[in-house]
Amino acid sequence: MAAVATCGTGAGSTGSVVAAGSKNHVTSFQRRGPRASGSDSSYSRLVSIAGTRPSVRNGQLLVSTGLPALDQLLGGGLAVGTVLLIEEDKYNIYSSLLFKYFLAEGIINGHTLLVASAKEDPADILQELPAPLLDDNFKKDFDEEACNHKTAESNIKMKIAWRYQLLPKMEAGPVSSSRFGHYYDASKKMPQELIEASKWHGFFFPEKSSSTLNIEPCSLTHGYIKLLQFIQNIIYEEGFDGSNPQKKQKNILRIGIQNLGSPLWGDDICCTENGNSHSLTKFLYVLRGLLRTSLSACMITMPTHLIQNKAIISRVTNLSDTVVGLESFIGSERETNPLYKDYHGLIHIRQIPRLNNLIYDVSDVKDLAFKLKRKLFTIEGWRGRSFPNLKI
Amino acid sequence: KCPGRLADYASAYVHRRIPGGPGKLTLLCDANTDGSFLVHHFLSFYLKANCKVCFVALIQSFSHYNIVGQKLGVSLTVARECGQLVFLEGLKSSVDVFFRAQAEPHPLQFLREANAENLQPLYEFVREALKPVDDGEAAWRCPVLLVDDLSVLLSLGMGAVAVLDFIHYCRATVCWERKGNIVALVHDSGDTEDEENNILLNGLSHQSHLILRAEGLATGFCRDVHGQLRILWRTPSQPTTQRDQSLTYQYKIQDKSVSFFAKGMSPAVL
Repeated sequence: MAAVATCGTGAGSTGSVVAAGSKNHVTSFQRRGPRASGSDSSYSRLVSIAGTRPSVRNGQLLVSTGLPALDQLLGGGLAVGTVLLIEEDKYNIYSSLLFKYFLAEGIINGHTLLVASAKEDPADILQELPAPLLDDNFKKDFDEEACNHKTAESNIKMKIAWRYQLLPKMEAGPVSSSRFGHYYDASKKMPQELIEASKWHGFFFPEKSSSTLNIEPCSLTHGYIKLLQFIQNIIYEEGFDGSNPQKKQKNILRIGIQNLGSPLWGDDICCTENGNSHSLTKFLYVLRGLLRTSLSACMITMPTHLIQNKAIISRVTNLSDTVVGLESFIGSERETNPLYKDYHGLIHIRQIPRLNNLIYDVSDVKDLAFKLKRKLFTIEGWRGRSFPNLKI
Repeated sequence: KCPGRLADYASAYVHRRIPGGPGKLTLLCDANTDGSFLVHHFLSFYLKANCKVCFVALIQSFSHYNIVGQKLGVSLTVARECGQLVFLEGLKSSVDVFFRAQAEPHPLQFLREANAENLQPLYEFVREALKPVDDGEAAWRCPVLLVDDLSVLLSLGMGAVAVLDFIHYCRATVCWERKGNIVALVHDSGDTEDEENNILLNGLSHQSHLILRAEGLATGFCRDVHGQLRILWRTPSQPTTQRDQSLTYQYKIQDKSVSFFAKGMSPAVL
């Protein structure tokens, strides 16, 4: 795990995070304990990887999911070395959008991408990525709104760190932006030159399915084995696990896997209740092993609403780090219900990992709704309880 | 009784009950919540008590347990270096086993197999880790096997019976032969109809001397009370003329400790 540990006093010393808040040294934490890649001397390089920041809670290195609102709900972002599982909404509209935000954020930050799909060619997926919002005025207004907001549970130190992060650091082009987490315009496409400048690897299962296996069959489906080998190969070849002495990798590998578990991957858990009950869970376990030992972060979308055997869903949840469920109102009786008219669906934070800690940050707001409006995907605390609507 | 450090009290109970007798099997269980704080507690408890510990850590990395351990006052790195702790890091080992054929039997080699029958290599690993030291003087107190967690073995293709057999063999060696203790975590999958997991949980419940069950609150999330802990003392070998004792407390997990209080007595309420 790319953990950034403190000496002795634990992650409570957030004061040092704020104090050393200069551009190049986000934290003055001392590194302790075994780490995924590189030697002691590469520590300062680790912390200053573009698009990452240490968590104020436990020093864990975080990347943005591409949705600042979601980052905040997850305690700051997605921890490097972990899996974010998105339970797809019924028609895979919004989960697909979150998937694209995740990849777009990778391109903006200069991360290496690994896009895996059994349905769409990764090259096509990249063409469909949303464009980053560069409208300075719009962003400034949005940020001020977010800064003024106070949650019931606000930790003072957290607020300072957040405000620092949200200070507009507008630069000419998006690629050189040093902010953590960007906003995207869902109605426009990512500029071609940014896509071409990015480093990415695609795994399109229909193209790979014919090649032979060089591993003995072990109850994983063919597609999962090939995908694991592909991922492991990239991690090793490009030095994300620090084992290759030729390559000193100072970048993050963002892995995006679409519709995992669907029949297109050769798995039958969405078709029958007595399907192969171990293939997917074994895949997730080995994948997580790869993630924990490399500088990578992974987002998986899964059509859990199609999985017939409920036990599998519970096992999959236990094997993932962060789990977020999307429920869209399309086609449901809620679509015409006036209570829900401002929103497109609900977002459920099902699980947040307790990494390097006994506790985790849990938002007080449990009922969250999302909407895609005026080009932006926003998340709001809904049903306006005793505290004002949390507009993130 | 003020259960400031209740889990310590429960652990001490396990040791006090029958000195010199066979070791105990403690079952940790969580339902609708995360019971990993119990694993961290027992790990630091046994290390501080100078026991030799074999930790089969299947669900998180070494550095995770180490960092939490430091908050609880133990250094896993030091314990491992001086031989007190044998640590099987499941996630990292799984990558080695899966992608590279191993020359010798590996405790997790069932990952490579299509239909692994049993967990014998894993048992051999545990037995080797906790075997008595040759040089007469006992450097450490009783051996302890800690597993986090057993439910994940089901997700990796092993049947409930194979896992129960594994624990059975470990009990024979660790509890009976070596007078040590076993602590294992199993998830309670509730109403998700996970048959295999239910078999495992019920089977182990019957064999355990002490069951600590962490449950999420029925009323939902609460900031000041994270859950409820049920402690059940059992005497599996005796007929139930003597009623099993049980206690229930509510708890709140903090950065470096867990505080327990009687139901409805959370400091936030009083």
